Amino acid sequence: MTSATAALALGRDAPAAAPADVFVDVRDVKLDYRTGEGSTLALDRTNMTLRRGEFVAIVGPSGCGKSSLLKLASGLRRPTEGEVVVGGSAVLKPIKIVGMAFQNPTMLPWLRTLDNVLLPLRIVEPHRSQFRAKKSEYERMAQALLAEVGLASFVDKYPWELSGGMLQRASLCRALIHDPRLLLLDEPFGALDAFTREDLWQVLQKLWMERSPTVILVTHDLREAVFLADTVHVMSARPGRVLVTHRVDIRRPRTLDDLFTEDASRLVHELRSHISHDKVV
Amino acid sequence: MKDAIALRFTELPIVERTFPVLAIVAFFLVWEAACRMFDVPVFILPKPSEFLAVLFARWRAIMPNAIQTLYTTIVGFGLGVLVGAAIGACIGLSRFVYRVTYPLLIGFYSVPKIAVVPILVIWFGIGTVPAILTAAIMCLFPVVVNVATGLATTEPELEDVLRALGASKLDILRRVGLPRSMPYFFASLKIAVSLAFVGTVVAETVAANIGIGSMMILAGSTFDVPLVFAGVFLLAVLGVAMYAVFAFIEGKVTFWARRNADIAA
Repeated sequence: MTSATAALALGRDAPAAAPADVFVDVRDVKLDYRTGEGSTLALDRTNMTLRRGEFVAIVGPSGCGKSSLLKLASGLRRPTEGEVVVGGSAVLKPIKIVGMAFQNPTMLPWLRTLDNVLLPLRIVEPHRSQFRAKKSEYERMAQALLAEVGLASFVDKYPWELSGGMLQRASLCRALIHDPRLLLLDEPFGALDAFTREDLWQVLQKLWMERSPTVILVTHDLREAVFLADTVHVMSARPGRVLVTHRVDIRRPRTLDDLFTEDASRLVHELRSHISHDKVV
Repeated sequence: MKDAIALRFTELPIVERTFPVLAIVAFFLVWEAACRMFDVPVFILPKPSEFLAVLFARWRAIMPNAIQTLYTTIVGFGLGVLVGAAIGACIGLSRFVYRVTYPLLIGFYSVPKIAVVPILVIWFGIGTVPAILTAAIMCLFPVVVNVATGLATTEPELEDVLRALGASKLDILRRVGLPRSMPYFFASLKIAVSLAFVGTVVAETVAANIGIGSMMILAGSTFDVPLVFAGVFLLAVLGVAMYAVFAFIEGKVTFWARRNADIAA
């Protein structure tokens, strides 16, 4: 109730058509990459809305502009046409309320895990100017977060002393340390083995349920999408457009067993069919 | 990462620590033995014992030359590293500057540095200045190339993570770019300091009245071959010492880089 009023108050320039709890609104977006002589159309008339606190997964064939969508949502890139609205205002530059994690965990090898996780607080306001004063408080925050993902005893280790799964856990912590309202994940578990990946699905679900950021997860793994997301968007091959949208109505917290129910299997199958239809073999 | 000496010296087993020293001793012993066995005349190849004796006996005369060479090398090295790091930073941070200046740099790099000495002499006269500048020019290029490489290899994903939080170019340079380029920078310092020595001595042999290079030329012209070899020996010792200093600093500052090969990421 209160969040709805707040969104209304914020969203002065949001159109009346959008429901009040819409947090991210991608409207008729077109994105052209100019490369050398030619240009590639990465996204074409893409529309997507995310409610505040919703977990959305985007699946689709390689090179369909999934990652481009994340760049648009974070403000790292501006659309060629159309607009992206986050929290009621159009995204024109980096919006500073996002956390990001990628397939490559990109931990800095000269910093301990703790300091790697603290890095965003050294960059983003208001933490940046308080960093010296509140350093010990921030360190406790980071330690607690790392403990939550099972890295309590690796706080003082360097990244090269951690396994791939541990690095990805630390990378999630770095994406969440400043309590971002929008979490953008670009195939974060793509390089991990199947069992580690399933562990991390559960870790991510737990973190999301506690902190309830709005999440966009880009993935190639349909089971991952079904396990984690409230809504799954399937995108077409380049130029990317949203082909179909599926709701996943499995109650939370979900367990791995839920993936083996008939409903879940049918949904994975259904998603897969959309992707193969679009592809010329 | 590009350093073959992957372990800290003190972590090595005792055998591996003593063998390099033994190799040096053995080298001079074989030299000494060969000279005695084949009765090599002193003006062709003096025995190590002979030039070491000269080195100690005439140390008072040799020392000012050694100090001059060391001084010239360090000043030239410092100058070259400062300018090299600045140029490297410009090239590493901007694709445009890289494109524009690369052919020019290769052109400069291709010129034999000894060919520059006469020009420097015309401009600055005989003495310390041409030697300092030659040393600086010699050590410029490895620094430029390595600093540029280090800065240009920042992962784009990490840059996105930070830019999305409103990080400026300067923030990214300070938090990521500079630390990331440190191993490259220090690796280049070791090479640069050796090259600075070469530059100094080359300039001294052509255009100076003091310094080890000048001393060797004088000694050579009077067939004082043991003194020439004493000079060569002294240069080798100074070169190794300077290299060791920078290898040590490198190990302290960029401890994390030597284990980089272990992580697949």
